[in-house]
Amino acid sequence: MKNKYVQWLFNLPYLLWLALFVIIPLLLIFYYSFIDLNGHFTLANYATYFHSGTYLKMTFNSVWYAFLVTAIALLVSYPLAYFLHQTKHKQLWLLLVILPTWINLLLKAYAFIGIFGQNGSINTFLSLLGIGPKQILFTDFSFVFVATYIEIPFMVLPIFNNMEELNPSYINASRDLGATSWQTFIKVIWPLTLPGVKAGIQAVFIPSLSLFMLTRLIGGNRVITLGTAIEEHFLTTMNWGMGSTIGVVLILAMVLIMMITGEHHRKRR
Amino acid sequence: MRKTFHWRNIYIFVMFILLYLPIFYLIGYSFSDTKTMAHFQGFTLQHYDDLFNDTRLLQIMLVTLLVALLSSLLATLIGTLGALWINRVSRSLARNTLLSLNNILMVSPDVIIGASLLIFFTCLHVQLGFWTVLLSHIAFSVPIVVLMILPKLDEMDKSMLDAAADLGANTWQTLTRVILPYLTSSILAGFFMAFTYSLDDFAVTFFVTGNGFETLSIEIYSRARQGISLEINALSGILFIFALVLVIGYYFISLHTQRKRNR
Amino acid sequence: MKRLLTFIITVLTACGLLIIGSIHLQKNQHIQSDKILNLYNWGDYIDPQLIKKFERETGYHVNYETFDSNEAMFTKIKQGGTSYDLTVPSDYMIAKMKAAHLLIPLDKSKLHGLQNIDPRFMNLSFDPHNKYSIPYFWGTLGIIYNDKFIKPGTIQHWQQLWSPQYRNDIMLVDSARDIMGMSLISMGKSINTTNPATLEAAKQKLDKLSPNVKAIVSDEIKTDMAQNDAPLAVDWSGEASEMISDNPHLHYVVPSEGSNLWFDNLVIPKTAKHFKAIYAFLNFMLEPQNAAQNAEYVGYATPNKAALRLLPASVRNDKQFYPDLKTMNNLEVYKNLSPKDVELYNDLFLEFKMYNK
Repeated sequence: MKNKYVQWLFNLPYLLWLALFVIIPLLLIFYYSFIDLNGHFTLANYATYFHSGTYLKMTFNSVWYAFLVTAIALLVSYPLAYFLHQTKHKQLWLLLVILPTWINLLLKAYAFIGIFGQNGSINTFLSLLGIGPKQILFTDFSFVFVATYIEIPFMVLPIFNNMEELNPSYINASRDLGATSWQTFIKVIWPLTLPGVKAGIQAVFIPSLSLFMLTRLIGGNRVITLGTAIEEHFLTTMNWGMGSTIGVVLILAMVLIMMITGEHHRKRR
Repeated sequence: MRKTFHWRNIYIFVMFILLYLPIFYLIGYSFSDTKTMAHFQGFTLQHYDDLFNDTRLLQIMLVTLLVALLSSLLATLIGTLGALWINRVSRSLARNTLLSLNNILMVSPDVIIGASLLIFFTCLHVQLGFWTVLLSHIAFSVPIVVLMILPKLDEMDKSMLDAAADLGANTWQTLTRVILPYLTSSILAGFFMAFTYSLDDFAVTFFVTGNGFETLSIEIYSRARQGISLEINALSGILFIFALVLVIGYYFISLHTQRKRNR
Repeated sequence: MKRLLTFIITVLTACGLLIIGSIHLQKNQHIQSDKILNLYNWGDYIDPQLIKKFERETGYHVNYETFDSNEAMFTKIKQGGTSYDLTVPSDYMIAKMKAAHLLIPLDKSKLHGLQNIDPRFMNLSFDPHNKYSIPYFWGTLGIIYNDKFIKPGTIQHWQQLWSPQYRNDIMLVDSARDIMGMSLISMGKSINTTNPATLEAAKQKLDKLSPNVKAIVSDEIKTDMAQNDAPLAVDWSGEASEMISDNPHLHYVVPSEGSNLWFDNLVIPKTAKHFKAIYAFLNFMLEPQNAAQNAEYVGYATPNKAALRLLPASVRNDKQFYPDLKTMNNLEVYKNLSPKDVELYNDLFLEFKMYNK
């Protein structure tokens, strides 16, 4: 019985965190989503959200771009994590992947503006090749590129960690049984690293839904996401009600994603 | 085998060029004799000189690092305990609820978190400043730590725990001798992610700070109106080189001690 | 476990060193806890040398904290928990703060040098009789063009931006009031219109501008224009002066048919505590010498008549930033609209942005 108490003592810090910094803000957001500009109770915010084509289109945009960013980040990061895992000083290389994230996002965005600009490094290079300057900045391409760039370390890390505990004997066994490298990868390595991939997808897709800085800096506000709208409602219109409503929708979307990616993994065991 | 090795190195090389391209761009311009990152012109160390005379900026840098280190340390502690808890929960409904609650702060845009924490702190009549910023940074770093640790914990062979229990280990011993060593790399990964989140955060910090306390992000964002001076580039350059030396140094020292122990 | 423990100890040691370092730096700044002024301002919006001079002359220590938007600053002051003594909101925000009872009236008997301020910038609609605010800087909204792409003198009016020859050429500042306002002026309407039908028409006119729009951004316009990335931009005069100092090919035009006239004024928020320091600072900034030095550093237009005389003639007579009387008469200041109307402006602007896609 004493063990039970000790158990809960261990849970206490996390429980406190949940109560103070998750449940209370959650209730606040939920409460605000039913408040209109004059401070009265209303359902109008939800009505606006689901009736106006603007918000639905924005939701679609957000999900689409978050999907693109996550998919490309996964495509690029998985091989990187896999290859890094095979190198001699793998822990050092991993740290070097994380290091760029310690430089402020705004500064990195400014650097990309310089690199992608009409007279930037890339266009100078293109001109040298005789292709001539192209409009790169403020396009879907540049937005997805930079957003993916920002998210790559967050994808590499969980996948890499998962590979760490991949038992080499499985791979050797697979080879000994005559499997090709490709078969080994599909049948052994990929399924065993799936938990890491899932953690990576969660760590990338969820924050990507509410990106807002990059939509303006790199996308030139030609890409509008739910994050942009929330930002505007909280800081420009000061309509916290509508902003919170979008926040509630985002949270519901996240719970849905968790259900989809989390559940059948458990059941299979 | 030889061929794949070749391709592997090229891929890693290209990816690292890509990851470091904007950073080298920033650092390069810190030597430019201009006011902004528009056109490189002439070589100067003027921006570094400005930086070392700007005690305010240096002070901000120190407290930013302090908040980042402390908050990620505490967030890692709370997050590890949280992951252990979630891992023990066997009913899938309870587990999913916990996980969803865990992720709420990750999906909520910073402005919402910042605004609701501001309301929360002012309701409690807390003076805004260092402590509120520290608490908030801990708050939004915990979920990423949990996400980093949980998958590895779920993969853990339960027979290891049974074996430990059979050998008469109590909860504490099982934790410190079996579970934590097994989780070390994930815990460190969680710490570094939390550190990243803390260094990069602008919106939450903005709302919960006050009374003379500022972090580097706030200073950088509010300078954007006048155009960010290359002094900030110089600061980033120095921080980057410092971090690089630290990371490489730390790695080789730990390698050395490990080898010694193995002997 | 050992690895984890070493790591924790390393981090804690680093924290200790950081604390020692920051205390050391703080000591170098000679702070006495009672002689403080908490200044809440836009980033880099005052000459740091002036702060040093003020501290030397009066012995007060200035805590300089920064914000990046009027609305964000408003939220912070409204919620409390801070003790800001002075802040610098723009015109419409002053009216809004006043309405929310967030401002403390100025005690004019403690102010010296208020007569240095140009009467044209006093007693304006957002703050009658300057009960709460002292003008700090002022400016306009206008068009910036690059003479590498556009012949000087061609662009004179808002309407010209709609010309098909400027396809994908224009950078717009990300501000609902300003861009909707631009459309309204080009239609001959007031920038304070609240008539939904007129606003809808203004939005539809903006949709037609869409093919010419390259991007809708904010501070980044400066970088892009300085790098010759776009031939045209719509932005504020203060931003324009920054860009021009980086890139001499750029020029700024305030269309004579009208534009927005904006102010950033010093006010005392209700969170203020150190009143002696506040008035010492206000008087310090009203001194022509200091105001002129500040204007030269920041690059915005100063409302201080006596300070203007101290500035070089090339600055004083620059029509771009100190427009002639005829244009000045057509400029309009934003009124503080009701939240519902602000919402309408913003929703229409958001729709315009979405139309872009």
